[in-house]
Amino acid sequence: MEEILETYKSAELENVKVWFKAASVKDFPIDGGACVKYKDKQIAVFNFARLNKWYACQNVCPHKMEMVLSRGMIGDDKGIPKVACPLHKKTFSLENGENLNGDLEAIATYPVKIEGENVYIGFSE
Amino acid sequence: MKNIIVVGNGMVGYKFCEKFVAQDGSKDFKITVFGEEPRPAYDRVHLSEFFENQDAKALEMAPAEWYADNGVELITGERVSDINRTEKTITTAKDREFSYDYLVMATGSSPFVPPIKGVEKEGVFVYRTIEDLEGMLAYAAKLKAEKPDAKAAVLGGGLLGLEAGKAVLDMGLEPHIVEFAPKLMPRQLDSRSSQVLKLKLESIGLNIHLSKATNQILGDKFITGMEFGEDDVLDVDMLIISAGIRPRDELAKACGLEVGVRGGIIVDNTMKTSDENIYAIGEIALYNQMIYGLVAPGYDMAEVAVQQIIGNTDNTMVDDIDMSTKLKLIGVDVASFGEPFMPASKGHSIIFENKTEYLYKRINVSLDGKSLLGGILVGDASDYNMLHQMYLNGMAIPENAAQLILPASDGASAFGDVTDLPDEAQVCSCESVTKGQICSAIENGEATDVAGVVACTKAGTGCGGCKPMVADLTNATLKSLGIEVKDSVCEHFDYNRQDLYKIIQVKGYTKFNEVLDNHGNGGHGCELCKPLVASLMATINADTANEEYAIQDSNDRFLANIQRNGTYSVVPRVPGGEITPDKLIALGEIAKKHDLYTKITGGVRIDLFGATLNQLPLIWKELISHGFESGHAYGKSLRTVKTCVGSTWCRYGMDESVSFGIELENRYRGIRAPHKIKGGVSGCIRECAEARGKDFGLIAVEGGWNLYVGGNGGATPRHAELLAEQIDNETVIKYLDRYLMFYMRTAKPLQRTAAWQERLEGGMDYLKEVIIEDKLGIAEDLEKEMETLVNRFECEWTQAINNPEMMKRFSHFVNSEEEDDNLVFVPMRDQKMPEPWN
Repeated sequence: MEEILETYKSAELENVKVWFKAASVKDFPIDGGACVKYKDKQIAVFNFARLNKWYACQNVCPHKMEMVLSRGMIGDDKGIPKVACPLHKKTFSLENGENLNGDLEAIATYPVKIEGENVYIGFSE
Repeated sequence: MKNIIVVGNGMVGYKFCEKFVAQDGSKDFKITVFGEEPRPAYDRVHLSEFFENQDAKALEMAPAEWYADNGVELITGERVSDINRTEKTITTAKDREFSYDYLVMATGSSPFVPPIKGVEKEGVFVYRTIEDLEGMLAYAAKLKAEKPDAKAAVLGGGLLGLEAGKAVLDMGLEPHIVEFAPKLMPRQLDSRSSQVLKLKLESIGLNIHLSKATNQILGDKFITGMEFGEDDVLDVDMLIISAGIRPRDELAKACGLEVGVRGGIIVDNTMKTSDENIYAIGEIALYNQMIYGLVAPGYDMAEVAVQQIIGNTDNTMVDDIDMSTKLKLIGVDVASFGEPFMPASKGHSIIFENKTEYLYKRINVSLDGKSLLGGILVGDASDYNMLHQMYLNGMAIPENAAQLILPASDGASAFGDVTDLPDEAQVCSCESVTKGQICSAIENGEATDVAGVVACTKAGTGCGGCKPMVADLTNATLKSLGIEVKDSVCEHFDYNRQDLYKIIQVKGYTKFNEVLDNHGNGGHGCELCKPLVASLMATINADTANEEYAIQDSNDRFLANIQRNGTYSVVPRVPGGEITPDKLIALGEIAKKHDLYTKITGGVRIDLFGATLNQLPLIWKELISHGFESGHAYGKSLRTVKTCVGSTWCRYGMDESVSFGIELENRYRGIRAPHKIKGGVSGCIRECAEARGKDFGLIAVEGGWNLYVGGNGGATPRHAELLAEQIDNETVIKYLDRYLMFYMRTAKPLQRTAAWQERLEGGMDYLKEVIIEDKLGIAEDLEKEMETLVNRFECEWTQAINNPEMMKRFSHFVNSEEEDDNLVFVPMRDQKMPEPWN
């Protein structure tokens, strides 16, 4: 199952090669997330309205390899924006993907940009 | 660099390493530990928990990485087979040789298997290692498949034997305990307390056979029974031997170390054996002609050996080792401390016994009546910590010592306060932590809460028996420092649930951000406070979970129960468990059409598993068209009201339990509460609906209903307690409205009624005053609030499927109609299930 994780490599803003137009801003809940399909990938995208920021990460939770993070609740842990997995409440930083309440592998994160009414996710491959 | 070799990686062997690496001088030593078991040291004291969760990792003392991180070389699965004392080397079973400067023997003990004829037969086990437990589980599973009413016996009614009895219960076999002595736990209990324990254990389904000497084990290849006398036979399909332990001293004997006549390596008060470079600690060490089978003395021995090797030779073992113990056996408190069986020449005993409640308390008081010498508690050991401290520290006892064990009539404690303990009082005996250490950890700022105290002092990490006292001490110390002890909901609010309830009610908030911006700590919320505020707003504003769905808990957000692989299960409401054949057929047709795994739930409803997010609205459209509505199985809200068939059909029924159950289920459906709520209605005292195992339960009696409240199953089963007797339907509803609303207003987040009720100051008497006599003058408000919730009920699934905006969330992808392509199902018994996790 762990090979799923190989599919997801964090992308940094400076080495984005593809900006994928995912969906419209209004398709995402305020202070919540939804899942975007890009080729064979599932990407969780969050509209962190309280911070006026958008985040994207792999949809698969590295704990049990299920495609669920987009359905998780977002919030912050001492100021660090995070998402909590709906299955076992494992929490991950939305900034760098780090597991905040355990020692699971970090999740891959992706840059997001908003142009007009549209949400774009950046990939480096 | 000097080499230390530790032989044995059990609890005490591990503790030696842990204590050693914490020493300043530890860098001059290299520790190598050998364990013959395949895994690193684990907590044998809590071994029976393995039957509940089969999680070996959870029992680990420390993960394998801990050893590496601390420079300890751990070699598991390799037994030390020989010691050469002249060369100072050891040889392992794999024929590898290692040299040592110091050798620490921590080989522990092995179960004693009496030489009974037939003991080698299949189905006979010992109870010591995780491998033993795995063997039992596999055998029990096989047995049950062939014979659903299979029986298993435990040979030995001591402490470990009763633990094994719990294991038999957990495995679902009929449990029997066979003891040679005329009483249970002969080492810890006197005859009367042992009798009380026996009655209690029998009441929960254990069969106890005392004064039985087993002559032989019957059966050809595998065990079929035990023979005690010529005509005295017990048919059993499995046997667990727990007849005591024997020190594992074969290695010591072979290399000529001095051992005791009945086994065990002789040590002095420095834990040194007859060889000055070899130490022995734990259950292998024979100290003062005794083997100590408890964890606390073993840890003390580890500490002494560490200090001796490091060079602090003043640190020696005390002469008198405290053998007090408190444990929960099969859910029953049992404790003994000091001298449990005191000879009459030394003092007087005060005994309180109440067999109707399975209670026994005995304290032994000195002849002058001034000090406590020991005692025994069965059934309720909540006062053990205080009594134990009074005994250990020779504290003064009340003039009328009987107060220490008599049930308090006025709620006042005979003990005074935890803060009265002297600083040197040892609160945690497993880790030797004193009251002074706990208080100073807080006073000098190292810890600010119970978790912090546990982390920096290690108090409570052994058997865990002292945890309530550690919590009391922590709270009292914080209070004395002027630090308010808050039960705030999370880092985002300085309020508890009850405070937030009032704030939202008074201010009339309807959005999470309003509450957070006006009353929060400046953060952005989290998975604790968001669903809590959502639940409060639903209760106060009579809303459904469709409001502000991004703050709803995982399950409420999608109005379904998320399952292992991220798919959902669907449970329509079937009030009182009554369903027409047509509706039953409809459920079957819908499940078949969508290929859903179908099962009857524990709450006698029908659960349809394996629905994807995209399928949920389609399934619900069909369910609703057949007259179903949401069952709220996903919510912290009313689940079912289970009913027996009652006087409608049953020849014993006293009242119409189904009709009343349906009325109650429909009354309270959809209401959001601190936790789930279950109800039950039985038509007579035979209690077929198991109403007393529910948050509220009704039993029909002559002249009306008996109303019970605060029961639950789960990890800590509790019977509901009687709130009112012989009341009519209308009064039941009036009291229940008040009770539930009072609970919803005042409980902590995720607190079931049982836990809430248990912590309610003033107990049941207070509850009756509030609910029945309206002592607080709030009954009218409570009823009005409940009435609003009842009148405003709306099925949230009907609401959702009729609103296109709400429907948008039921799609796996925001940019595609496709389903999650990661899902894999495998066939199982003509249905399907998610592929197992690794």
